Amino acid sequence: MARSTTSFGLQATPKHPVSLTVNGDEHDLLIEPRKTLLAVLRDTIGLTGTKEGCSTGDCGACTVIVDGKAVTSCMVLGVTASGKEITTIEGLASDGELHPIQQAFIDTGGYQCGFCTPGFIMASKALVDENPDRTEEEFRHALGGNICRCTGYTKILEAVLQAAEEIRTIS
Amino acid sequence: MKNFEYFEPTTLAEASHLFAQGHAQLLAGGTDLVIGMKAYTETPQSVISLQKIPDLDGITTDSDNGITIGAMTKVREVELSEDVQEHHTALAEGASEIGSIQIRNLATIGGNIAHASPAADTVAGLLVADAQVSIASAEGERTVPINELFTGPGQTVLKPGEIITQFHLPSPASGSHYIKHKIREVMDLAFIGVASAVNLQNGVIKDARIGLAAVAPTPIRATEAENLLKGKGPTPELLQQAGEAAAAATSPISDLRCSAEHRKEMVDVLTRRTLRYALDRATR
Repeated sequence: MARSTTSFGLQATPKHPVSLTVNGDEHDLLIEPRKTLLAVLRDTIGLTGTKEGCSTGDCGACTVIVDGKAVTSCMVLGVTASGKEITTIEGLASDGELHPIQQAFIDTGGYQCGFCTPGFIMASKALVDENPDRTEEEFRHALGGNICRCTGYTKILEAVLQAAEEIRTIS
Repeated sequence: MKNFEYFEPTTLAEASHLFAQGHAQLLAGGTDLVIGMKAYTETPQSVISLQKIPDLDGITTDSDNGITIGAMTKVREVELSEDVQEHHTALAEGASEIGSIQIRNLATIGGNIAHASPAADTVAGLLVADAQVSIASAEGERTVPINELFTGPGQTVLKPGEIITQFHLPSPASGSHYIKHKIREVMDLAFIGVASAVNLQNGVIKDARIGLAAVAPTPIRATEAENLLKGKGPTPELLQQAGEAAAAATSPISDLRCSAEHRKEMVDVLTRRTLRYALDRATR
């Protein structure tokens, strides 16, 4: 593809240099602007824990945390995430120990087929980090952007409440 | 997604210059554009990100007791802003109705308005706040009242190269409220959206504004209903008349979501309801 230059001297190239910090690791990549952050994470970096569900932002399966905020990574162009800090499901456990939210999903059986689980866990983590004192009703509402097609919502909510309780006790 | 050239200008002048060349789309939060590009309903040759231009986001209080909201301010920030919640409740409520938290962390108020959907959730709140929209281009800046911004579904008075930079909300009403008529609690589009704002003085409605979304080709103000209310004390009969006048101002369509008749009926109901909430807040 031909390079073009604007009158301001800004260059547009087929691939853009992007540096991402994913789960603490720095990645210097060259990516096409049309690649979503989700595609970069899965296909370029090889972190396939983040799932692609609807690919239109409706299901929340692709939820990751960017600079502390939960976002649907299918709606983010990878080039716009340059310089940002990203946490995926692979980045939650430390020293072989699961994050309290991951453990809570196991304890309560908050997953069935497991496809929506990484998205639910990342959305829940952002919520609990922001405010673990939410009521059950508030958590339920705040997780409205995540869909579980096995409909295992009761156990998922139990998991989130258990994790919130635990994090309240620790902090 | 079709490939495109990607630009990250750091000044408005540069962004406007690139945008004016045509076949280009601005990228704010991306929650509409990226989905449109995936569906091939948007196939721009170039995408111009506004994310690296400084000073386009944030909420500030102004000397005239109003507030200014940068176009690139995330919808989630508008929703959680204490200033917006207190003084422009209908706008904070509208912001909280968009998509999911994940989407509100990406979406911007400027994008929600520039996309010009008649059903945009922040638009009714901005209408009743009488927001002034600042627009920048290579030719300079101009200001357009929000109720003169839209010309049709997806259409605005914005000319090639023009970029919305901020919304100025003048001195606030004493009470406002927004109701989104919908099926799902979250992740739904509005069947209709209704916002009301009132200024009460000694039990008399000094000023009233009613903003309606998804009931006409553009978001609209129900000015006849507003005029009925002005200078009168709020009574159930008066609110009934205002509701009927608001419904009469609409020209809704029937679609998958609901019928035109239902939309009209619900404008009547929800105008009365939002007025009651707004009056209640105004007297507190």
